[in-house]
Amino acid sequence: MTAEQIVFFIIATITVVAALGMVSVASVFHAALLMVLTFLGIAALYMVMGVGFMGVIQVLIYVGAIAVLMIFAIMLTPKVMQVEGRSRYTKQWPYAAMLASGFLVVLVPPLMATPWPVQKDGELGVRDYAVELGMAFMDPGANGYLLVFWLTAALLLVALIGSIVIAREDL
Amino acid sequence: MLQAIDQIFITIFGLFSSFLLDTLGLPTELAQIIAILVQAIVVCTFAATTFLALTYTERKVIARVQDRIGPNRAGPFGLLQPLADAIKMFTKEQTVPDVADKLIFHIAPIFAAAPALMFFAVIPFGEDMVASDLDVGLIYIIALGSIAEIAILMGGWASRNKYSLLGAMRAVAQMISYEIPLVLSFMGLILITGSLNLNDMVVAQVVPFILLQPLAFLIFVTAAAAETGRSPFDIMEAESEIIAGFHTEYAGMQFGLFQMGEFLGFYGQACIMATLFFGGWRGPEMIPSWLWFWLKSWIGIFIFQWAFRSTFPRLRVDQLQAFCWKFLVPAAVLNVFVTAVVVKIAPVVSWQNGVLETVGGDFLGLGFGLGWLPVTAIYLAANAITIAILAVLYRGEVRRTVAQFEVRELSAEQPSAPRLDTEALPA
Repeated sequence: MTAEQIVFFIIATITVVAALGMVSVASVFHAALLMVLTFLGIAALYMVMGVGFMGVIQVLIYVGAIAVLMIFAIMLTPKVMQVEGRSRYTKQWPYAAMLASGFLVVLVPPLMATPWPVQKDGELGVRDYAVELGMAFMDPGANGYLLVFWLTAALLLVALIGSIVIAREDL
Repeated sequence: MLQAIDQIFITIFGLFSSFLLDTLGLPTELAQIIAILVQAIVVCTFAATTFLALTYTERKVIARVQDRIGPNRAGPFGLLQPLADAIKMFTKEQTVPDVADKLIFHIAPIFAAAPALMFFAVIPFGEDMVASDLDVGLIYIIALGSIAEIAILMGGWASRNKYSLLGAMRAVAQMISYEIPLVLSFMGLILITGSLNLNDMVVAQVVPFILLQPLAFLIFVTAAAAETGRSPFDIMEAESEIIAGFHTEYAGMQFGLFQMGEFLGFYGQACIMATLFFGGWRGPEMIPSWLWFWLKSWIGIFIFQWAFRSTFPRLRVDQLQAFCWKFLVPAAVLNVFVTAVVVKIAPVVSWQNGVLETVGGDFLGLGFGLGWLPVTAIYLAANAITIAILAVLYRGEVRRTVAQFEVRELSAEQPSAPRLDTEALPA
């Protein structure tokens, strides 16, 4: 087993255990923190796989925005401070499990069909695909995603300007 | 000779690597891992030592501004004060509140200090002196800031203390808001350089970017001070309002770790300032590149300590958010627009097959070519236009500020209460 594989299995174990803990612990706040750990583990896996850009973006979006938003929402919700003795297993859990497994079934075929790029020489460390990603985004041809990129950029800019307009009453 | 001193750390590291490989005869992979670990330890030790130095200079600088002497008992000029503090921190009792969420309470300080240390992995300390030359170094640094937010939330929540929770909520609201102008102030530099690699950004600076992007620099300094919770943006730990906020319940070295996170976060921002705006390790070849970087980073620290920490009174929560969303974000967006146009008119770098080449003469090397002069003039003119547009947009605020000073001069004999900005944030 190479060093890379050892690192992979350590991180993967942490990630899976954290994900299982997230859906099974009683406290909502603990669940949110375990979710952060899961996200960090996935980011680390991206790093090991050599897509540093994805790893960094994973931390930025999921840990920095989504997790913080959730924890904020938990803190603003009354009565979550008293969580002791309350189980997470309500009557709804079979339906949730069914939904999650259905999602997995939908995900598996494209995952199997995609030709994943493989790092050949087994070297340790981060190889970046930031340049290739940027090229793909900016390519107006058939392989590019220029239109999607522009639409996303326009949407985000509109959201940003909208927030400024809401904040500035006198403009 | 100077070349040798400039490359001294790289030479030592090369000797160490060959010692591992040849003298000890370790397998390549193991030697690689040990070498990476040693790099990490060296960078972390440098950061921790800087933390000690920062606690001392912080007190000295603020003391001088406030016409005091500052620490002067332990050792000559009080130089041993940081050591005395460290001993005090380590020997103090660790108190834990009875109702605290024990595990999270103990993890939070570690989570606060770790991202601050990870910051230094991508900083180019000198020519070829960067521990991990990430192509996405700038995004990496922004992402680390979000881990620090989680740490503050953990500490504030786990303490089970109203003040701690309030402090944590304030801290995160502030950090999320100020992250936006911080990132937008980098955008102009990214447009100019065409890269997210911090070393590329240093190489691209034929002119220090502070001359090309003075407005972005001002936005960056303000947002960085807020992001690291430095006074006047320290409402998250405002001692007189919420008793130090999220770290109220922490004692001993756990409190020390939170302090370390804060101080190193702010040294990290000073390093970013030196790297992105002051030309990083580039400079006239009189002293080695790492010394240039070190001096510039301390200029950044001095700016934070003197111009922010010790000069301004603390802002109110609503003023803080209003300043970010109503002024800094629009100004930063406008700056990005203007820079995107100017980059097409006056490019600073050109990319040849993935290799960065600078256009125009070298300013920081003090070569006497003047190719940098027209470029700088164009950028400065663009910045002047941006500031003029902002002045027109915010003429109301400008007039109000001017009027405030006039009133104060006229009614010097019967001072009235300063006008409070009563505009509240929309619900």
